[in-house]
Amino acid sequence: MKRHLLSAADLTRDDAELVLTTADEMRSLADRPIKKLPALRGRTVVNLFFEDSTRTRISFEAAAKRLSADVINFAAKGSSLSKGESLKDTALTLEAMGADAVVVRHGSSGAPHRLAHSGWVRSSVVNAGDGTHEHPTQALLDAFTMWKHLGESRPGGLEGRRVAIVGDVLHSRVARSNALLLRTLGAEVTLVAPPTLLPVGVESWPVETSYDLDAVIPKADAVMMLRVQRERMQGGFFPTPREYSRRYGLDARRMATLQDHTIVMHPGPMVRGMEITADVADSARSVIVEQVTNGVAVRMAVLYLLLGGSEPAVGGEE
Amino acid sequence: MCAQPAPAEQASSQPSGGGRTVLDDRDIARALTRISHEILERNKGARDLVLLGIPSRGVPLAQRIAERIAAVEGYAVPVGSLDVTMYRDDLRLKPARALLPTEIPPGGVDDKVVVLVDDVLFSGRTIRSALDALQDVGRPAAVRLAVLVDRGHRELPIRADFVGKNLPTSLVERVRLSVAEIDGVDEVTIEGTVTR
Repeated sequence: MKRHLLSAADLTRDDAELVLTTADEMRSLADRPIKKLPALRGRTVVNLFFEDSTRTRISFEAAAKRLSADVINFAAKGSSLSKGESLKDTALTLEAMGADAVVVRHGSSGAPHRLAHSGWVRSSVVNAGDGTHEHPTQALLDAFTMWKHLGESRPGGLEGRRVAIVGDVLHSRVARSNALLLRTLGAEVTLVAPPTLLPVGVESWPVETSYDLDAVIPKADAVMMLRVQRERMQGGFFPTPREYSRRYGLDARRMATLQDHTIVMHPGPMVRGMEITADVADSARSVIVEQVTNGVAVRMAVLYLLLGGSEPAVGGEE
Repeated sequence: MCAQPAPAEQASSQPSGGGRTVLDDRDIARALTRISHEILERNKGARDLVLLGIPSRGVPLAQRIAERIAAVEGYAVPVGSLDVTMYRDDLRLKPARALLPTEIPPGGVDDKVVVLVDDVLFSGRTIRSALDALQDVGRPAAVRLAVLVDRGHRELPIRADFVGKNLPTSLVERVRLSVAEIDGVDEVTIEGTVTR
């Protein structure tokens, strides 16, 4: 049975497009006087966050609440996790409390997979970011934002669209999930980064790679800037922040070379002045704030499709 | 008498599915025209009316009723759609279903006379869901129900205000509306009829 959303690769094209069309309906809820749907009444969603996060946790919380689910937030700080409790014991506790879905963020790649397949919990597991591995709901909300702007909100709308993902691909779970999902949806992805920030084995990803930002972005329909994750960096990946910005940052001069319809995206949190300048982030092309709004709609769609019926409509096997 | 003409009808007028045609395109057109007039009569005109079709096949029916009202009154009645999927009482019993479009006309439904439009009225459960869904959208002055076919077997205390055709059926039968906008043909068929 399909129960979990652990990787963007779990989604077939039909699954992904079902999430996008469902999210489109969920988004229209924001214009109604009562922003609440009864679909998950009586279900419990646990947000299990071993790593800091503001927007993803709030986004999942808002999504679950708008679907009338009960939400339990479980952050590592201030819980038994900081006393050394293992993932297994935490999972057994959640199971005993009767969670229907566990939204998990963990610093170690593969933790959600472990949680889903260990037999510790019977609930659905949604990966909200694991280490440098995957962040499938972020990829879905990015795809949804592109689909609204470039794909005319219809199935197949991203076929042949070109997306440039720029920056710290090495430490980015967003880049990996986006590359997989956008490929599934028929878009062409180019990763742009210095050689030191491309992961080993990137040649097996379904993407092009480039070291030259100026050559790639004039052809792109969407440019996604990634944060340089300095907290994950030990050692020198580039000489100075200033040199990084000059070669891989998006500024007004580079923005002027984009096509008229091209959108600028960023998964957040942004470091203004590093990978993106303030005038670009605040420009009319920037859909960064919209990405946050869409995040709630997409997460509602995912929770609804996993929990709304007797069995989930999307997601990975087993 | 029943057994012989049925295959001939299927061959001539049914490219899509099996079953016996009980309403053809002209019957449907006449029924919708009558419903449109009844709505106007009951409402004493087209003012403050909002038509909400229940997807998928209630929506084209609502649009056709609006066209007829516009032809008679010269007033464009707002038309929208109201998806009831998340409000169904059997949501938990089946795999999660895709949502259908909900489009509330720009004027909203507050203090309007909302006419819900659906194809077939059966158990009444869809309409109960629609009433719940409508409550989350606004507070209409009144809610009325128009259906093309009422096949009986209600499981809830719900009735239609405007009915195209009352069709006595048995519980094993399936009543299906096809509309030109979705299925390429206008007709109402009954499937699974016990041959007598």
